[in-house]
Amino acid sequence: MKLITAILKPFKLDDVREALSEIGVKGVTVTEVKGFGRQKGHTELYRGAEYVVDFLPKVKVEVAVTDEMVDPAIEAITRIASTGKIGDGKIFVTPLEQVIRIRTGETGPDAI
Amino acid sequence: MQNQIFELQYALDTFYFLICGALVMWMAAGFAMLEAGLVRSKNTTEILAKNVGLFAIACTMYMICGYSFMYGGDFFLNGIAGNESLVPDALAASAENGFGGDSVYSTASDFFFQVVFVATCMSIVSGAVAERMKLWAFFAFAVVMTGFIYPMEGGWTWGGNDVFGLFNLGDLGFSDFAGSGIVHMAGAAAALAGVLLLGARKGKYGKNGEVRAIPGANLPLATLGTFILWMGWFGFNGGSVLKLGDIASANSVAMVFLNTNAAAAGGAIGALVLARLIFGRADLTMLLNGALAGLVAITAEPLTPTPLLATIFGMMAGIIVVASILAMDKIKIDDPVGAISVHGVVGFFGLMLVPLTNPSATFLGQLAGAGVIFFWVFICSLIVWSILKAVFGIRISEEEEYEGADLSECGQEAYPEFVK
Repeated sequence: MKLITAILKPFKLDDVREALSEIGVKGVTVTEVKGFGRQKGHTELYRGAEYVVDFLPKVKVEVAVTDEMVDPAIEAITRIASTGKIGDGKIFVTPLEQVIRIRTGETGPDAI
Repeated sequence: MQNQIFELQYALDTFYFLICGALVMWMAAGFAMLEAGLVRSKNTTEILAKNVGLFAIACTMYMICGYSFMYGGDFFLNGIAGNESLVPDALAASAENGFGGDSVYSTASDFFFQVVFVATCMSIVSGAVAERMKLWAFFAFAVVMTGFIYPMEGGWTWGGNDVFGLFNLGDLGFSDFAGSGIVHMAGAAAALAGVLLLGARKGKYGKNGEVRAIPGANLPLATLGTFILWMGWFGFNGGSVLKLGDIASANSVAMVFLNTNAAAAGGAIGALVLARLIFGRADLTMLLNGALAGLVAITAEPLTPTPLLATIFGMMAGIIVVASILAMDKIKIDDPVGAISVHGVVGFFGLMLVPLTNPSATFLGQLAGAGVIFFWVFICSLIVWSILKAVFGIRISEEEEYEGADLSECGQEAYPEFVK
């Protein structure tokens, strides 16, 4: 089992969610985050003083998937979230040691 | 029949005074919203508490002793409700003047109109010292300012008293219709004294003189506050005509409303254009300050200018205020809402405009009045702030400033559900 963490541009969230749903990914956790990579911020002006807004709003999407679903999920996210411009984001894949469904107590791939 | 007409005049003039007083009271909401919008969210509750508190203190101190210092009469407004001889006396006085003379109205309405001006003066200070002053130190200062400092200079001007019994500003040709100097510049003088002793907000100025932006949390509130102040100003200037109940007075009131509005519009345009030229963009906060600057500038004489002149005066004020705000930051005077610029620099400018359209005022008289007001308020304020600083301290600690004045002074946040 793997945890796929994707940092995306916020306006891509709905489309990525739909694409994941289409390939059979049932659950998703979404957080609003800030960050930057190669995409620089922008300057704002307040009463004559300029300041740089470095951190850009992004969305973090986390999905727990079985090993077979890792590649399809990455492909779906990449296809939908890419705009070709700097700031599209990144995907991190980390191993998932254990998954438990709280309601029923199921563990492992049955819990995904 | 004559008496009935007179009684109607009296009632109308009293009513007018009360409505204008209510409009000026509404400016307290304007100041509160403007300041709440221009500070950071972690300091919002504290500045709102300051605004409501200072209004209450001003009303109370002015009632206890301020009105008496300024206009005479007993402490605690003893006897203000009048007695049985009031009506016949008033009737006789007005009959003498052929019903077109001095304003005659209820003394209680006079107090009501005056007290809201005191609160306006005091609220100018709250914006300049925002985000780093101890709440209770501010309240302590407010007690002295509204109970003594303002009433004294008000007595030397509107009250007609000699300055320390030595000379009379009215005789010198000083004229300040609704208080560009008496209310606005005075408030700014008290604010300046406070800010000098308080110091700038942490992080505002860099080591090499860079000015760092500390953006306000809620520009819709700031804008709402500005419009509320704009509307309240019709009462501020309009009520200062002091009379409505005859044709000449009604025309004056109409002219005052017209010019007041024109100056605000001019101020907004002046600030907008200058900000666009300097920054390349339209800074909303400068636009708001510009409109207010126009209002402050016309306050010393809203009756005699033509509408075009009132608009131009406003535009000049809008340009001056933008330049002043930038200059204040250059000399490291941190004023989060631009109060010292809007009310102090432009308040003085407003005073000096008066002789241009009002022949009974002289430049020398205006300078004398401005000097007396500024130095009296500034020096007294410096003394009071210094005492407060030495005895209790006037600034919250660095850690409290980082966490926000809301937590340290009020123990409650303005926006507790917002995730940071």
